[in-house]
Amino acid sequence: MKFIYDLHQLMAANKVILIYEGDFTQETTKSILTMAERNLESSGEESGIKKKIFNVMVEALQNIVKHSDDAKEGENGHHAAIFLISHAQSQYSIMSGNPIKNENIPNLKGALERINSLDKDGLKELYKEIIKNTTISEKGGAGLGFVDMARKSGEKLEWSFVPMNDEFSFFCLKVNIARVKETV
Amino acid sequence: MEILNLEGTADTPKIILDKGNKIFEISGRSLPEDSAEFYKPVLEWIANYAKQPNPATEFVFKLEYFNTSSSKLILDVLSALEDIEGMKIEWCYMEDDEDMEEAGKEFSELVEIPFEYRAN
Repeated sequence: MKFIYDLHQLMAANKVILIYEGDFTQETTKSILTMAERNLESSGEESGIKKKIFNVMVEALQNIVKHSDDAKEGENGHHAAIFLISHAQSQYSIMSGNPIKNENIPNLKGALERINSLDKDGLKELYKEIIKNTTISEKGGAGLGFVDMARKSGEKLEWSFVPMNDEFSFFCLKVNIARVKETV
Repeated sequence: MEILNLEGTADTPKIILDKGNKIFEISGRSLPEDSAEFYKPVLEWIANYAKQPNPATEFVFKLEYFNTSSSKLILDVLSALEDIEGMKIEWCYMEDDEDMEEAGKEFSELVEIPFEYRAN
């Protein structure tokens, strides 16, 4: 039973305010959003920050839902994904982890590297380019969700791929949202 | 012409398209999983309206949040409105919501329709 306490301590140490592990559907997405909203509401966070957090959450959660089918094709039982939010003094972090096929890593890596190489205006242009030129049926929407997350965050996306087996890796993503608006 | 009236839900916007009463409005949250499916009746309604539109149309967007898959469909809606004579977009946002204001400006750069902005 000690792991309950350990987990509790680990979450407290990392300032985790919400965590979900398991299968993700649009219904879980909605429930998680409702919980997070209530949480932010009671913390009295500024509405601009709340909206950014909400936006990033939606994209991160729907990414997991969209790609969960890929993982289900595998037979190793590691279908589940994880989603969490932490709230430190200066920033919120929205984090997700889900299995992806190793063969899809190069494309995803390329998209993320491109996003991180761009500044604010570059991201705006990329966003417009993708929205104009892709159709909704294209799975993953050519990374539009990641572009949006990067824009809302205003910081670089943090990511890593942890190898699970020959077929899958665990894709970890962290998006930070500063609590205090930059005074430019 | 038939009125399209969709009640808003936790993840879909409220939509009223009413030619007779001159109400054309999409408001609330738009984050459905399948945006294409959700916006299909809207695009169909607009295609019909385009055949015999009112002399002037003020189409109101009053969105609180939208996800990226909705953003593509919003662009599709705007593109469908683009060819209608006398079309004007009213883009409403909460006063402190710079992201929503910016989103409206970006859409306006992608279509040839006059946009008016209103902070509530």
